Amino acid sequence: MRKDSDSKESAPRSERIKAWLSQARFYAEEFYSSRYRGAIARAQRDEDDLFMLMVFSELMGVPNPVSYYTLELQPLMLERFHEWHRRMGMEHSPLDDFRCC
Amino acid sequence: MSAVVVLFIGLGAMALAYFVYSKFIAEKIYRLDPGFKTPAHEFEDGIDFVPTNRYVLWGHHFTSVAGAAPIVGPAIAVIWGWLPAFLWVVLGTIFFAGVHDSGAIWASVRNRAKSVGALTGDVVGKRARSLFMIVIFLVLLMVNAVFGVVIAGLLMKFPSAVVPVWGAILVALVIGQLIYRRIIGLATVSIIGVLALYGLILIGPSVPIQMPEQVGALSGNAVWILLLFAYAAIASLLPVWMLLQPRDYINGLQLFVGLIILYGALVLLNPTLVAPMYNTNVPAGTPSIIPLLFVTIACGAISGFHGLVASGTTSKQLNKETDARFVGYFGSIGEGMLALGAILAATAGFASLGDWNTMYDAFGKGGVNAFVEGGAYIISNGLGLPEATAATLLTVMAALFAGTTMDTGLRLQRYIFQEWGEIYNQQWMKKPAIATFLAVGSCLILAFGAGADGSGGLIIWPLFGTTNQLLAGLTLLVITVMLVRLKRPMWFTLVPLIFLLIMTVLALLLQLRSFYEVGNYFLLGLDIIVLIASILVAMECASSLKRVRRELATKSEG
Repeated sequence: MRKDSDSKESAPRSERIKAWLSQARFYAEEFYSSRYRGAIARAQRDEDDLFMLMVFSELMGVPNPVSYYTLELQPLMLERFHEWHRRMGMEHSPLDDFRCC
Repeated sequence: MSAVVVLFIGLGAMALAYFVYSKFIAEKIYRLDPGFKTPAHEFEDGIDFVPTNRYVLWGHHFTSVAGAAPIVGPAIAVIWGWLPAFLWVVLGTIFFAGVHDSGAIWASVRNRAKSVGALTGDVVGKRARSLFMIVIFLVLLMVNAVFGVVIAGLLMKFPSAVVPVWGAILVALVIGQLIYRRIIGLATVSIIGVLALYGLILIGPSVPIQMPEQVGALSGNAVWILLLFAYAAIASLLPVWMLLQPRDYINGLQLFVGLIILYGALVLLNPTLVAPMYNTNVPAGTPSIIPLLFVTIACGAISGFHGLVASGTTSKQLNKETDARFVGYFGSIGEGMLALGAILAATAGFASLGDWNTMYDAFGKGGVNAFVEGGAYIISNGLGLPEATAATLLTVMAALFAGTTMDTGLRLQRYIFQEWGEIYNQQWMKKPAIATFLAVGSCLILAFGAGADGSGGLIIWPLFGTTNQLLAGLTLLVITVMLVRLKRPMWFTLVPLIFLLIMTVLALLLQLRSFYEVGNYFLLGLDIIVLIASILVAMECASSLKRVRRELATKSEG
């Protein structure tokens, strides 16, 4: 994008058109997405929360037939665990043997 | 009078206001500071708080606030002649709407991007906040009911628009999938989407679908209203990316294209304003111009709805505080331009004064139909498009706007019901489907209570305007209280506030009498509710301003 402002005169026409098009694409994409970014991210977070519940269900006493596999996922979800239980309205970790705060 | 002259006077005044008055407001009153760290930067999270390019933000702000209302209101209000409507739109945009919109953004940005509702609670008081919720609910209720009636009327009157209006929803659904699944890029999709929409508009006149006048026990109009609400209910329950997002995008593009076509045709044709400058010969039953003009044109002059958008989403994305002037003030100018176009279409797009008089044979008539017919006349004579195609184009433009507002409105209303379920601990009310059902039900009651079978026309419109103005009044109150606390001049927001409150109360009293006279007790009841709300708002204004001034006085003494 910056390229074209530096050398407006010397840049070949195809370059300039390309730069203009990429600028237009940027505006169009921002215009398309920025208004709904929040709503979509929230929807995704809701689904992630459900998934989190599934991964940690065994620890909370909910039997899970695929716990053998979800156990493997636990380390990957660890980083988001704290945020998750806070969001679910629990001040501290709900799991006795799983303290994060 | 030549339409182009009026157009350029209006545009010139607004341009001048942007360069002079908005600069003054931004620098001297709100004192927008380029160094201030806006919430978009302070709380940047990539979700809600995202610093956004100001042109993109303006595009969003403008397309969110510009709907069917700035078309319908002015097109009804020209019944008093074109000059009063023109003056109120231009002066209202300059001294009311621009100050209100940029002020709402400023107030929100200075308070961690809180919404006006929450700000009312913080700045004015708890009581005012509850009042605010009620007024918002009433506005949403009325906007949904009114727009349902408006679109149904359009679909009855212009059967050629049925295929494009519903087809546009299909186009949006397809586009949503294409983008969401990343099948093709956005640039290609935009071109395809706009081409598909205009293709539908072109074929619309050859495949008209006329709803019969009477379907079983219901009138054709009522059937359309039921169908529209069924659509809006489903749309408001779908995930936003599926329908809302692509449709808003296409609508936005269509808005710009439509405005360019309308303005271009106006300039090329330069029609004469056939409507009288000041109509001394209004049809019987037309209410007095003061105060009704000021509530008939709400959007396009000043509208409380803008404050919700400004403080809800815009303020969270403002990159620099000084952008509030461009986004807020110029956003209202954009809407003023749309209203100006509507006024000119509804007064210059007729062959003779006789034609115009037949269109405006009663108060509340004309309206969006006059805009479509007048605009079609101008476009077909100015650009050589067949009149039926031009009418379809404008009908689709108006119907799509109204439709977008309807399902956003229903969604918001559903949230309110869900929130009430939360507050009063009613589990069943928190379910989205049930809350939507309640929202649709309340809107339908209003739509039919206000004569949706086609008998009543748009008698409810001024009531909607009144409620909208009340909302604007509450936002102005928040801004004024903030200004007083900062010891800055308050007159630039207080005078519009007082003016609005006086006009609102007068209009409500006047309508109270007319509803009583025609025996419409349903609207009479609604009018009384709004009247009580507006008196409460007025008292809230007086008491909070007094309190703040007393606080300041004791502080300076101590």
